[in-house]
Amino acid sequence: MKTLGLSALILAFYVLHQDFWNWRTTQPLAFGFLPVGLWYHALYTLGCSALLWLLIQIAWPSHLENSVDPEEENDR
Amino acid sequence: MIPTLFVAVYLAAVLYIGIFAFRRKPAGGAAEDYFLAGRSLGPYVFLLSLFGTHMTAFAILGSSGFSFNNGIVTFGLMASSSALIVPLLLLFIGTRLWAVGKKFGHFTPVQIFRDRWECGHIGTLIFLLQAALLVPYIIIGVIGGGTTLNVISGGLVPYWLGGLVVACVVMSYVFFGGMRGTAWVNTFQTTLFLGFGTIAVIVIGAGMGGFTETVNALASNVRTAPLLTRERVSPLFFLSYTFNPLSAIAFPHISIFCLTAKHMAQFKKTVILYPLCILLIWLPCVFLGVAANRSSDIPAIKAKQEARGLLASKGATMSPEERDDLRSKTNADDVMLLLLDRYAPTWLAGLLGAGIMAAVMASDSQILALSTMFTEDFFAYYGGTKRYGEQSAVVVGRAFIVFITAVAYAIALVVKANIFDLAIQFAFAGYSALSPLLVAALFWRGSTKWGALASTIWVTSAVLGVAFFQGAFPAPAPGPPTVVMQWNGWDVLARTPGGTAVFGFSPVVPMTIISALLVWGVSLVTPKPSRETIDKYFSL
Repeated sequence: MKTLGLSALILAFYVLHQDFWNWRTTQPLAFGFLPVGLWYHALYTLGCSALLWLLIQIAWPSHLENSVDPEEENDR
Repeated sequence: MIPTLFVAVYLAAVLYIGIFAFRRKPAGGAAEDYFLAGRSLGPYVFLLSLFGTHMTAFAILGSSGFSFNNGIVTFGLMASSSALIVPLLLLFIGTRLWAVGKKFGHFTPVQIFRDRWECGHIGTLIFLLQAALLVPYIIIGVIGGGTTLNVISGGLVPYWLGGLVVACVVMSYVFFGGMRGTAWVNTFQTTLFLGFGTIAVIVIGAGMGGFTETVNALASNVRTAPLLTRERVSPLFFLSYTFNPLSAIAFPHISIFCLTAKHMAQFKKTVILYPLCILLIWLPCVFLGVAANRSSDIPAIKAKQEARGLLASKGATMSPEERDDLRSKTNADDVMLLLLDRYAPTWLAGLLGAGIMAAVMASDSQILALSTMFTEDFFAYYGGTKRYGEQSAVVVGRAFIVFITAVAYAIALVVKANIFDLAIQFAFAGYSALSPLLVAALFWRGSTKWGALASTIWVTSAVLGVAFFQGAFPAPAPGPPTVVMQWNGWDVLARTPGGTAVFGFSPVVPMTIISALLVWGVSLVTPKPSRETIDKYFSL
């Protein structure tokens, strides 16, 4: 269930990258000069960082860490 | 003169950092220490160096140049798509690469393929393809270094000397410092060019008289208004570009770099902060590239705009050679340098010029990766280290670094950069199409060496096929593509002004999908590796 939910979230982010609704317009401008096609993707990039933080909290492959680097917890 | 001095100081600093600053006694084997920094890099060096390794000259010079001619779409095409895909690859594939490399002592992806699929010569074939796709990057690095030094010095340093200086500096710290020296130089360089974007925006923005006025002026001009939207780009083409970042994990210099982390936890900060680093460097460069269209009082910028206008209005009636000539005149990779020259005070232009040099000199990690691959996948595999001892690996690796740098410099002197720009386009698609190999080796028990072979042959043929197609059918004028093959009303194959379209997609899409299908389909019907090998890799 967790895998399905996270996969759906990643897929949703992928779809959000194709913002066809902003295709032919510059409005609204952010800060009076950034066209929507630019600031939308700048915000999207920030959103990616948040998504990746969430993925690390929920889906970090700790089994790899434990099998290869058991002293990891002590060293960090 | 002042900018040249700044760049000279910068090059001296890079040499010092790369050769002397972080030398230490090898903790493990000599080869592991030289090629992988003893798998000991800490979190911030790992993040900044990995980012610097991935973001080559294109991040500053290419992105602003591409934006100048194509507009804000550049950010969505190349930056925000990478912000999602590259960290995901690092999180799910990079961590597994690291674990497998550390557990079984591998240095390169080909070593993993050979061990995982119990193959020998198929691994050699993959090595040859990876190496062939990597060489153009090294050459373009030398060309970029020569050109940039020539421009920054105002012609004081000729191209041949600039290229020679850059090639020698890079070769020296890679030769003496190995992965540790290269990683620390990359960290220093990335810090410099991350700061570059912010300073450039403030200085150039003030010089232009404010960005609101600039954007209003661009929006009210019928020629420049489309640069502020994406109306000239088809959604399918835009979608295709989300396949290009798949190349990141298949690039040997990135996948090998994944093996250098001291602990797997190093990936956490890298994965989360990667999109922020992309934002910091790409947003200013893309915006300034578009905004440069207002600076037509700069003669070189006006000449580029005139060539672009002529290509759009009269291109259809010109010969392919005339169109190619005009296209080369629209090349705007120097637009950031032109803006700095016009709007920044001399001392600041020098400092920022050093930042640009930092971005241009990213070929170090590619040279080291190629040397690691040659030493481990070829020399050691065919018995070199057994015969001559482990220390010989480092000697051979260093000799190869000198050889490949000398070859790259010699080629850079005689061949036009445009050829390698094209080669890099094909290399991106080629590496993206090789990414299913890594996924299959690391995540699918059922994958086989025959599936890998089928995919490798397909990628090689497809890269050559696209290169041949683009050579045989000259690029049309801006506007509708030249359709070469149709089926039931569908444009199967078309030559576009910027490349090739297959069913409206960029070639990277069918190349990657077919590569994945071949690995899957051929693996299903061919014998698997031994149970012992499969269990070894999937007990992690």
